[in-house]
Parts: sequence; C-alpha cells; structure tokens
Amino acid sequence: MHEHGSAPTAPAAPAAPAVPASLVGPPPVTAMQDFTKGFWKENPVFVAMLGLCPTMAVTNSVMNALAMGLATTFVLLGSGVFVSIFRKLIPNEVRISTYVIIIAAFVQVVDMVLQAFVPLTHAALGAFIALIVVNCIVLARQEMFTAKNTVWRSALDGVGMGIGFTLACVMMGSLREVLGSGSWFGLRVMPANFEPWVIMNLPPGGFLTFGFILLAMAWWAERRKRRTALAVSGAGTVPRGSAAALGEAA
Amino acid sequence: MRDYVVIFVSAMLVQNFTLVLFLGLCAFFGVTSKVSVAVRLGLADTFVLVMTSVVVSILNRWVVGHVPYLRTIAFIVVIASMVQVTEMAIKKWSPVLFRELGIYLPLITTNCAILALAIFQTNRGYGFLEGLTYSVGAGLGLILALTLMASIRERLDLADVPSVARGIAIVLIISGALSLAFMGFAGMLSA
Repeated sequence: MHEHGSAPTAPAAPAAPAVPASLVGPPPVTAMQDFTKGFWKENPVFVAMLGLCPTMAVTNSVMNALAMGLATTFVLLGSGVFVSIFRKLIPNEVRISTYVIIIAAFVQVVDMVLQAFVPLTHAALGAFIALIVVNCIVLARQEMFTAKNTVWRSALDGVGMGIGFTLACVMMGSLREVLGSGSWFGLRVMPANFEPWVIMNLPPGGFLTFGFILLAMAWWAERRKRRTALAVSGAGTVPRGSAAALGEAA
Repeated sequence: MRDYVVIFVSAMLVQNFTLVLFLGLCAFFGVTSKVSVAVRLGLADTFVLVMTSVVVSILNRWVVGHVPYLRTIAFIVVIASMVQVTEMAIKKWSPVLFRELGIYLPLITTNCAILALAIFQTNRGYGFLEGLTYSVGAGLGLILALTLMASIRERLDLADVPSVARGIAIVLIISGALSLAFMGFAGMLSA
C-alpha cells in the first residue's frame, strides 16, 4: 500500500503557484484523489482485504448492506477528523488504545441513532453495529492516514474509504439478494418461476460470493496483462484501451 | 446441566464463530498457512476469550447496568488490556511462539470474535458459569475452524490450482464449502 505521507510540502503547495507542482518531487496528491482512491483503486475490501467480517455477515440483503456501509462511513469520518485534530497530542506509545476509544465513542453514537430511527434495521444488523469498533478498516485508516495528515484530507479520506466499503457491501448484497431471494431492495426482479438459491442467504453464500468476485477480478487482471503483453510484442492488432493499460503498467 | 451442554455445543459447532457467524476472519485467512501456528493462535484466542468472559460477567453485574451507553467502550478497553496481558505472558514464557504469531497477537484486540462474545454474552443474559461455558465452547470452535482450514491449506500447496484462483480466492471458496458442512449441525439443537 503506497502512502503519500512522504509529501510534507502538500499543505504549503498552494502558496507557491509559480512552479507547476508536477515538476517538483513526487506528483502531488489532489483533494480529489484523497477522496476517490478508496472507491476502487485502493478499495478497503477488495484490494486491501480489510473488514471482511461485516462484508460477509450482513450482506444478505441490499438494505442491510447499505445501512452497514453508511454507519461505517460515519464512524470513519468522525474518528478520522478527531484523530487528525489530536494527532500531535496523542503519545505514540498509547496511540492504538486512544484510537480505539475514539472509534468506540462514535460507534456508540451510531448504535443509538440507528436504534432510535430505524429499529428494524438495527435489529437485523444486531451485534455487527457494535462490532464496527473492531472493523480493521477504521483502525487501519487512523494508523496509516489520519495520524499523519490534516483534518480536511482525513475527512476526505474517511468519506472516500467509507464509500468504497459501502460499494463493496452493496455489490455483495445485490448479488446475494438477487440470487438468494429473487429481489433487489425488496423489489422483485427475477421472473416468477425463478427458484431462489437459498444458499446465498445462508453463511456459505457470503464466502462463495466474495470468492467468486475475487475470481472475476483476478481473471480480469490477467486478461488485461495478456493484452498488454500482446500489444508490446506487436503481434496482432492493438486492442482498444491498451495505451491506458500500458501507461498503468509502466 | 443440560443448559450448559446446549450452550457449549451451540457455541462450538452450531453457531461456530468463524464459519457460521463470520467472526475473526482476518486471523482465519491470515494465519492458517501452517497447522502448528494456527493451533497456537487458536489457543491464545481461547485464553483471551475466557478471560474476557470472566471480566465481562463482573462488569455486567456491577458496572455496565448503571451506564448502558458506556458498554462498547468498557468492553473494548477490557479486551485491549486482556490482550496486552496475554502478549506479555507469551513473550515471557515462549519467545518463539511470540515471534511466530507476530502482528496477529496484538491484533487479537481487533479480532471481532472477542468483542462479539462479550456482546452476545450480555445480550443473552448469561451469568458467570454460563459465560464461562460459552467462551470455552467458542474458543474450541475457533481452534477447530483454524485447524481445519490450515490442514486444507497445507495440502493445497501441493495442488494444481488454476492461476486465477491462486491466493485468497480459492481459500474463500473452500471456506464456503466448510461453512456449508457446518450448516449440517444446524439441526442438532433446538436452542
């Protein structure tokens, strides 16, 4: 995982607009990149393989998956901002415990808000709301990003990672609900004679769905690598979009 | 007596923490490449589970009832301290094991199985002895799941796996099959 913590000049960059930022040192990280990297390129679930427990446990329907994603996003944002504000005050030796207590406070807030406003969803998610405390994504972002970066960037990073996590959950939830109950968000989408794959709603379905998503991603990556190799060797016609693939490989 | 047997078997097999409830998956995927290490991590997990269960019983009886909104925070602080104690004990008694477990030892703090045990125990209103039975059952269930997975993965090293499935993808599919097998226990108890 690459970190941009090595760019201490980032906050001062706007003060010196005379030199194009792309000419000095490593490419600067724009606010947009802080925000969007979590969506797919550094997706916390599919790329970093963090926070697998809730991704599999509560995604048997899209509604639960979405609620879980939004709750985690709020905790990521809140704890990220807090840790970032106090990052110079927190002693290094007790930083993990401090982060955990800050995170636990925000999780408690989410828990009580969900219980008050959407009691049914709260009941469906059960213990997994409180278990956001031990979601590795949240702790990993504090340790890797917010403890070294400004409040604004930490907030963007938190929301971006939260959206990435929500996307992953909703993707899993959609596959499992459509195949397991023949519906999406409670709306019937499969034909009436479709026999639901009950297994998708049960625990094994979580492991299998995630496994097949990873298989598809690996297949896609291999296919792209093969095409790039083909384009480099000059054999055959150059496939569409291979220039972009080349640029990424370089 | 029958209650305790039901709690024990249910925690170990029917509601296996890893394969049925999806708890503690990081360790399940992270340290199951060797059976010996997996078993030892399972034992460390079990130790922390039992200690946590004891302290949570005490907390539930005298503290958390008065301040319900501090529940999550109180539990996580207790767990972090328990893990710290375990870490120091292992470092003292078996430096080799300490090195083998590496980062996964302090990470027991963020192993959701531990916090989940504390929460389930509270939600179900288990007393001291029930909680103890529950935590031992859950710990043995973790050891069982970790050992099964590690044994399969040791064999897998010699198998001819398609290139796209190498790494974590095949492990997930195998977990699906294992989880399917554990669904078979569902009819064992009606509790």
